[in-house]
Amino acid sequence: MSDMNTAMVEKYRSNFLKEVEANVEEGQWVKMCMQCGVCSGSCPLGPHWPHPPQEIFMMIRAGKRDEVLTSESMWLCTSCYNCIVRCPRELPITHIMHGLASYAKKLGLTPAKQPTAEFSQIFWDNMMKKGRVNELKLGLSLYFKDGFGQGIKNAMANQKLGMNMMKAKRMSAAEFFGGHGVKDISGLQKMIKKAEEIEAAKLEAN
Amino acid sequence: MAKHEYSYYPGCSSQDGASSSNLKRSIDTMCEELDVKLNEIPDWNCCSTSIGYGGGSVLPRMTLSARNIALSEEHNPNQDIVATCAACWLATKEAAERFREDENFLQEANTALAEANLKLTNKTPIRHMAEVLIEDIGYESLASGVKKPLEGIKIAGYVGCQTNRPFGIDGESFENPMYLDKMVDALGADSIPTYEKKVQCCGGALAFSEPEKSQEIIKGIIEAAYDNGADMIATPCPLCQANVEIYQDDINAKYGTKFEMPVVYYSQLISVAYGRNATDAALDGQIIKAKKLEDIAK
Repeated sequence: MSDMNTAMVEKYRSNFLKEVEANVEEGQWVKMCMQCGVCSGSCPLGPHWPHPPQEIFMMIRAGKRDEVLTSESMWLCTSCYNCIVRCPRELPITHIMHGLASYAKKLGLTPAKQPTAEFSQIFWDNMMKKGRVNELKLGLSLYFKDGFGQGIKNAMANQKLGMNMMKAKRMSAAEFFGGHGVKDISGLQKMIKKAEEIEAAKLEAN
Repeated sequence: MAKHEYSYYPGCSSQDGASSSNLKRSIDTMCEELDVKLNEIPDWNCCSTSIGYGGGSVLPRMTLSARNIALSEEHNPNQDIVATCAACWLATKEAAERFREDENFLQEANTALAEANLKLTNKTPIRHMAEVLIEDIGYESLASGVKKPLEGIKIAGYVGCQTNRPFGIDGESFENPMYLDKMVDALGADSIPTYEKKVQCCGGALAFSEPEKSQEIIKGIIEAAYDNGADMIATPCPLCQANVEIYQDDINAKYGTKFEMPVVYYSQLISVAYGRNATDAALDGQIIKAKKLEDIAK
């Protein structure tokens, strides 16, 4: 268990709802859920969620901390915003799901090898290197995330797709060597570091 | 001077050699024809789109958008920011709204921005190119410039998610937006008002991390286009375009289908209808060729 997770368990001992309200993006809305289930029925990957949003909201109120934070559910959000526009009480459900995923990851509770959690981190690291996404390296990192052997297999399986994209000039081998990026990368990285510090201090204080 | 002028946020996937470089090329052509001048935001950065949340939490993510808006305010003052990518538009507009609602949050972002010697005043409207076409140019004016009507082409207008939800375009319904169909009709093609998958999610970024689950829903999007007699699908969104076009081989292999459905951008339709050639319209960027458009563009 990560130190931060232990600290949060200590602090909020019997009140998971309070913990979510204080630390999760838009968490203050959770208690407003009226359990109609429209979000769950509207979710494009809904049938694959171990617990669809409506259940997640009730589980938070019921104090099911481990079950919620270690769930794969919120990592299946495609950010389609169907739930947001259909919710009768206009809860920002998409943001709450992102917030729960982000918070669970900070506490080290994300299930091992969860593919979207891994991809999300790969994406962030890729983007932070030069301030813009390098699509070629993003694809390669994803193929090779489970080791060299699997990477070669994945790359072979997707060879035709890659060739198609190259032919259409929608993928470029030149991106492997450098590629696009912002000029003031040091300013951008300092800025993000500061934003992370501000956020960490708030989490500490909550 | 151009009739319309905006501060332009093209986004990562629009760059040369990236997955929607064909969107940018056709947008450039379209804007030449419509007398729209786009001033790229100098040194813009990635918005972290809808998948960055696992690596970056809310303040770092939104500070990325704050930097772009601040750069735009400094270098392209008094110009609306216009994005062509659905996720760029959404992330930027979402951040701008969050900063507007919460003064402390804006202050925190400005503390971070100071590290890059920038300051956000956050007065700039954040708009999508589709809004420019509808609100600033208008369907009638769009139709009046057509030189080669796209006659006889049946086009399934696939709006997707984020060029619709959560902000909406032109105050239209989230469940049945009509703007893409109206554009298609304005260009002389045949829209398909009964295309029931017009706002179905394609899986978005999860097409990479959950390919089987995503391709199952992509299959439905293409199947419905065939069922409605479409010659091609048109979309405003770069990720929708890529997801629905490039996995058709994989879907055919898995499901025994014989899909070969072209997926194009509205900007390509407009470029061709305004008389430009296939290269200017970036039709060479198709993996599945849009033959009926190529024939007109000849």
